[in-house]
Amino acid sequence: MKKLSLLIVVLLVVAIAVPSLSAARAQEKIRVAVVMPSTKSDLAFSQSIVDALLAIQEERGEDAFEFVYSENMFVVEDAATALRDYASQGYDLVIAHGSQYGSSLADIAPDFPDTAFAWGTTVDTFRDQGITNVYAYEARSEQGAFVQGVMAAMLTKSKVIGIIGPIETGDAKLYVDGFKAGVLWQDPEIEVLVNYIQSFSDLALAAAAADAMLAENADILTGTAQMVPGAVNKAKEAGALWFGTQANQTSLAPEIVVSSQVYDWTVALNPIIEDVLAGEIEGEAYSLTLENEGLRIEFNEDFELAEEVKATAEEVIQAIIDGTISFEIDEEGVLTVVEAEAEAE
Amino acid sequence: MIGDLITASVLASGIRLATPYLYAALGETFGQRSGVLNLGVEGVMLMGAFTSLWAVHEFTPAGATGYDAGALAMGVLVAILVGLIMGLATAVINVTLQAEQGISGIGIYLFGLGMSDLLFQKVFGGNVVTVNGFPKVYLPVLSDIPVLGEIFFRQNLLVYFAFALVPVTWFVLNKTTLGLKIRAVGQNPEAADAMGISVARVRYFTVTLGGVLASLAGASLSISLVNVFQQNMTAGQGFIAVALVYFGSWRARGVMFGALLFSLVNALQLQVRTKGIDVPDEYAAMAPYVLTIIALVFASQRIDQPAALTKPFERGE
Repeated sequence: MKKLSLLIVVLLVVAIAVPSLSAARAQEKIRVAVVMPSTKSDLAFSQSIVDALLAIQEERGEDAFEFVYSENMFVVEDAATALRDYASQGYDLVIAHGSQYGSSLADIAPDFPDTAFAWGTTVDTFRDQGITNVYAYEARSEQGAFVQGVMAAMLTKSKVIGIIGPIETGDAKLYVDGFKAGVLWQDPEIEVLVNYIQSFSDLALAAAAADAMLAENADILTGTAQMVPGAVNKAKEAGALWFGTQANQTSLAPEIVVSSQVYDWTVALNPIIEDVLAGEIEGEAYSLTLENEGLRIEFNEDFELAEEVKATAEEVIQAIIDGTISFEIDEEGVLTVVEAEAEAE
Repeated sequence: MIGDLITASVLASGIRLATPYLYAALGETFGQRSGVLNLGVEGVMLMGAFTSLWAVHEFTPAGATGYDAGALAMGVLVAILVGLIMGLATAVINVTLQAEQGISGIGIYLFGLGMSDLLFQKVFGGNVVTVNGFPKVYLPVLSDIPVLGEIFFRQNLLVYFAFALVPVTWFVLNKTTLGLKIRAVGQNPEAADAMGISVARVRYFTVTLGGVLASLAGASLSISLVNVFQQNMTAGQGFIAVALVYFGSWRARGVMFGALLFSLVNALQLQVRTKGIDVPDEYAAMAPYVLTIIALVFASQRIDQPAALTKPFERGE
C-alpha cells in the first residue's frame, strides 16, 4: 500500500512537473541563425532579413532573442556547410535566405528533425518530400512593383521606362513583371525596356544596362537585386528618376528616388518564431503582401511628388489590399492583372 | 536594324566597359612578358577599387555636390600606392620565394577579396557608399566631330589614360632597352642572366607595375565607371583580363583589341535586350565569354608565348 501511494505521488509529481518544465522551456531564449548571399547592409535582399531580425530582437529583448549570421554566401556549398553547422550547434531556427539554397536545405533538414528551418523566397516547404520542419517565405513583390509602375507611368515625360533585373526568377521576376504591368495598366502607350543582365554582382554591367536605357530616352529606371547601385548612379547623372525595392534605397540618391518597396520579413518570421517557442514546428509558407504589411511603399520625403500621383498610388495600394486588383501567375510564370468588376455601379 | 543596335552610345559604352580590362591586362602583359603569371589580378583590383573609393570619399569636402578634383587625385594616388604594395608582395612571393605561380595567384586573389570586404565592413559598416567620380571630359574640337566625338572623346580621364597606355606599353616593350630586358628575361632567363641582366630585378619591376595597373583597374570601376563599392564588385573581370593577355598574344595592341571586342559585344548584347529583340537572355549574356573562349582556342595555336612563363628562375642552376 505504501508502495502504491509512493508511486501515485511520483506519478503526480511527474504529471505536474512535466508541463511546467515544458512551459519553462517555452520561455527560454530563442537562438536564430541566418545564412545569406550578400552583405548584411546591401540595401537589398540580405539587409531586409537582417533588419527584420533586428526589429524582432528590439521587440523581444536581447535576452530572449539571439541571432547570428553568415553573409556573403554566394557559393551554395559554403552556405550548405554553414547551415549544417548552425543546426548541429543547436540553433532553434536556421534560416537559409536565398532560393539557391533550397536543395541543400532539403538534404539537411531531415537530419535535424527538432530544428526549425526557414528559407526564401519560395512557397515550397518540401511537404511533398515528407519534410515537416521547413518553413517557406516569399514576397509578393509584384504588388508594390505594380503600385510603383503606376506612379512611374504618371511621372514619365519621355514615355520610356527601363527595368533592370538580375536573373529571370523568384521575386526579381515578380518585381519586374509587376512593375511593367503597372506601367502598362496606367498607360499602354509607354515603352517599357526590360533587361536581365544575368548577374547579381556585376555593377559595371548594371551601369552599362542603365546607360543603354538612358540612351533610348528612358527618364525613369528601376531595378532589383544587389547590383543596382551601379544603375542608380547612372540615373542620378542623367537626372532620371529611380524606384527602389527590397530595402529603402533613398540614401543612394536622395534627389531622384521617388519611393521604395520595402520588405518586412517580421510578418513571416514572427509566426515561425511563435511556433518554435511553442514547440510546434509545422512547416508552413508565408507571403509578404501589402495587405499584411509585409510589403510597404516608403515614399522619399525629400522628393516632391505630385499630390495626384501619390493619391493614385494610395488608391492602387487600397485596391490591391481589397482584392479589386489582384495578380495571377500561371505555371509558365506569366503574370496577369485581374480586376474585379466594381459591384455598386 | 543593325544601325539601330550599333549606335554611338553603345560604342561609347563598350569603350567605357573596356577600361578596367585594359589597365589590368596591360599590367599583366608586362608581368607575363618577363615570365611571371599573376592570377591575383582580381584581388588587387578589389583592393584598388575599395581604397580609391575610400580616399575619394574621405577627401571630398563635406557638403560638396559635384566632384572634387583633389579628392579624385587622392583616389588615384591611393590606388597606385596600394597597387605598389600588393605588386611588391606578389613579386616577393613569385620571384624571391619562387612560389608555384598558378597557386600563389589564387592566394593573392583570395586575400584581396577578403581584405577589401573586411575594410569595407570596418570602414563603412558594409553600407553602400556612393561618391562623385571622374566626370566626363569633352575634348575640345574632337568631341564635336559627329558620331566619333560621342564615341571616343566624351569619356573621363581614366578612360583616356587607359587607352593612352596602349602605345606607351608597345613603345616600352619594343623600343627601349628596358623592354628588351623584359623580353629577354621572359624568353631565356639563363641567357639574360649570363649577359648581366638581373632577372629578379626585372621581374620585380614588371610584377610591381602590374600590381599598380591592376589597382588602377579597380579604381576605374569604383571611382569612374560606377562610383560605388560592393563586396566582390569586380565579378571576375581580373580573370578575364588574364585571358585577354593570351588573347592578345602578349602584345599591347592585341590586348586592346581583345578588351574592346569583349566589351563591345557586352555593350551590344545589353542593347539587343534593351531593344526587346527576342534573344534568350542567357545566350546573350554568354556571348562575350563564348567569343573570348573561341578566340583563345585560336590564340593557343600561336607560338609567341614567353618561353619562361610561369617558370621561376634560380641563378647558377
